[in-house]
Amino acid sequence: MTASLLEVKQLVKRFGGLVATDHLDLDVRPDETLALIGPNGAGKTSLIAQLQGDLTPDAGAIYFSGVEITRRPAHGRALMGLARSFQITSVFPELSLVQNVALAVQARLGHSFRFWRDASSDSRLTGPAREALDVVGLSRPDRPASDVSHGERRQLELAMALAMQPRLLLLDEPMAGMGREDGVRMTRLLNELKRDYAMMLVEHDMNAVFALADRVTVLVAGKAIATGRPDEIRADPRVRAAYLGQK
Amino acid sequence: MGAALFTEQLLNGVQLGVQLFLMAAGLTLVFGIMNMINLTHGSLYMIGAFVAAALFGHTGSFLLALVIAVPATALAGALLEAAVLRHFYHRGHLDQVLVTFGLILVLNEIVKMIWGAVPVPLPVPQLLSGSVTLFADVTYPSFRLAILGVGAVVALGLYAVVAHTRIGMWVRAGASNRDIASAMGVNVELIFSLVFAAGAALAGLAGIMAGPINAVQVGMGEPVLILALVVTVIGGVGSIKGAFIAALMIGVVDTFGRVLLPPALGSMMIFMLMAVILAWRPRGLFPVHG
Amino acid sequence: MASSPASYRPSSDMMAIAVIVAVLAAVPVVASLVGDPFLVKIATRVVVFAIAAVALNLVLGFGGLVSLMHAGLFGIGGYVVAILAFHADDGSRLFDLFPGTTELSIGLPLAMLVAGAAAAVMGLVSLRTSGVYFIMITLAFNQMLYYFFVALQQYGGEDGLQIMSDLTLFGHAMIGRMPFYYGCLVALALVLILVQRLINSRFGMVLRASAQNERRLTAIGIAPLRYRLTAFALSGAIAGLAGALLAAGQQFISPAEMSWVRSGDLVVMCVLGGMARVWGPVLGAAVFLVLEIVLSGWSTHWQLAFGLLIILVVVSLRGGLIDLLHLVGRRGAPR
Repeated sequence: MTASLLEVKQLVKRFGGLVATDHLDLDVRPDETLALIGPNGAGKTSLIAQLQGDLTPDAGAIYFSGVEITRRPAHGRALMGLARSFQITSVFPELSLVQNVALAVQARLGHSFRFWRDASSDSRLTGPAREALDVVGLSRPDRPASDVSHGERRQLELAMALAMQPRLLLLDEPMAGMGREDGVRMTRLLNELKRDYAMMLVEHDMNAVFALADRVTVLVAGKAIATGRPDEIRADPRVRAAYLGQK
Repeated sequence: MGAALFTEQLLNGVQLGVQLFLMAAGLTLVFGIMNMINLTHGSLYMIGAFVAAALFGHTGSFLLALVIAVPATALAGALLEAAVLRHFYHRGHLDQVLVTFGLILVLNEIVKMIWGAVPVPLPVPQLLSGSVTLFADVTYPSFRLAILGVGAVVALGLYAVVAHTRIGMWVRAGASNRDIASAMGVNVELIFSLVFAAGAALAGLAGIMAGPINAVQVGMGEPVLILALVVTVIGGVGSIKGAFIAALMIGVVDTFGRVLLPPALGSMMIFMLMAVILAWRPRGLFPVHG
Repeated sequence: MASSPASYRPSSDMMAIAVIVAVLAAVPVVASLVGDPFLVKIATRVVVFAIAAVALNLVLGFGGLVSLMHAGLFGIGGYVVAILAFHADDGSRLFDLFPGTTELSIGLPLAMLVAGAAAAVMGLVSLRTSGVYFIMITLAFNQMLYYFFVALQQYGGEDGLQIMSDLTLFGHAMIGRMPFYYGCLVALALVLILVQRLINSRFGMVLRASAQNERRLTAIGIAPLRYRLTAFALSGAIAGLAGALLAAGQQFISPAEMSWVRSGDLVVMCVLGGMARVWGPVLGAAVFLVLEIVLSGWSTHWQLAFGLLIILVVVSLRGGLIDLLHLVGRRGAPR
């Protein structure tokens, strides 16, 4: 049995009287794609924030590759191989697509105290950057990031994540705001990436979930109430109750 | 340091603190609720002093001057907010710094054009021109005691309003999280305009009370503004309680620093205190935002 | 912060810098032709403040940090040179240890070192805060520096400090406006080239990214504090150089040169000229200072007009003069 890549143990987060994360257990294996689903208000956002390092848990622990990262700052987690995309796309708007991704390469290479040589013509940075942009299917890499469409910005975020040579991709609603065509393209892309990267997806789009996920964890009221293969989850009465109960 | 000197300096420190609190109270709420950098607060301090001095010149009554000048400053503040500042809430901090900086130049120059560059007299009112014997042979100027008294009353009044009234609750809600307060139905814009005007009144009051001690002259507001900014930062943006505690602390530290230390160090005391506190608590002592 | 297009063309920036330096180099020639030596004095002032504004823009336009303490750093540089000269004149020793000197090859680097170190220390405190706090703290620190020098009675206090003897550079006495002017211009050119390279280097990319989207930067694995701090220290050192040159040129420095109003003026120069390009603030400094001279000649109440101008710039001219240039350029370009 392969050890988990990401392991969450008894995680707790409270906001005043509200318990957003209630002794949550969760794990992602190094060779799988895990989808996290749950009705609104289930605590997905808080959980993602704690995994990414934006929020500090009140109790419990998070392990990445066996190392505890519960209180590690966000940039430290990134350097360990935990790459993320944001629910609302977040890029460097005034830089070009290549420059955006090259920064991710630069961060990984670690030598940012260089003051003279032009970074945008440094092939050690732009080479891998252009490759990553190719993989996600973005053309015309010298466009400013502010000029591209919403779907393309999501692709850019993915390219930046890939440039980090991550071990785990943590994707927060990668389908959000996508039209049908964009959504199909994104699903296809993620399907390809599945083969090389472990992924954890937070998603509402059930088509994407069932197309991509090896396992699904269902979050309700801050607790993981069920984990299993997509077809198992679909049939699980507790899950149905949780979702139907929302209507 | 003998008991007499110590008491005198302590009282001076608290008096300075009280004046700083009057400036900082309005400032901290403006920063806290609208997240706006407002450098014109010092100009309102100056306007209050000048209006009072002008009224005193005409009427000979300090009290009358005070009673009219304070609301007049509130009005000036309200006009400033409605005409100019309101349009910059959603602009970045840089724009706010620039526009309020420009306004300082404009307002200073207008005051200079009306009253000239020479300080205008605003003497201590006759009634308060003596001294009070506190204990043993310690005397203290009545006027300064009056400032202390006024400041204490205002502080208590502010506390009562902010902590115990509905308006105060709205103000606190707006200061801690404007968006949520707005979503809950609080008319944040209106509250803010009122807060701004009230802050202007307090700044004017501070200027008027400082007039007899320091000179009423162009540019008198900026040094006080910067001290008030230090108070705001140390106390925590958006917190009246923080402003009060920080103001007293700064007032006392500054006063004793100047008395005990050589001038170069003494003048730097409060800024070094600010640096130390910020190193320990980057958001001030009682930050209101999460 | 700087609303710059990502149109990345370093060659056009270097050309702009070359043009600007060439134009400034021509000023003494023009001055002697026209018979107005005063022009050189004005131009020297422009060059010196241009250096300070370019320094500020490194953290302001490219780093997104609104610093109101740069006049203080400028003043530190000026005082280092003046104090060293004072002790050289006097025969006394600084802190009873160091002899003074009127040699600028020592004074200028020392000015940069002290100003840079001060920027680093104050930056360390300020940069752990953000937004409104950051701006207010830099303003407070500027005031602290101002009061400090006012309180230094030994070095003139509020009246300022005069440099009595002649300053030298590598042993040569700095007599004559023109040689000094060209010396300052060389400094400006070097600063412009340095900062231009810096902006496009790996370091510069991190700095610019930190201004555009800090969350994104940490998400790819970079914590911005040490880069901002380094930029701040560099910026402070260059501002100190400018102050040192001002003191050397005027043979005088006073706390008035480092008031918070001056810090505001520097910010205005950056915004007026355009923060998106390294050379924008040079235009801003030139227009600002020339306007200051012209307006003050018309009326004693010129500050009113100045204040209104600043407000106007904020309201309408977001990209500064650079934007105006673009507009003109676009209209002139063939379709």
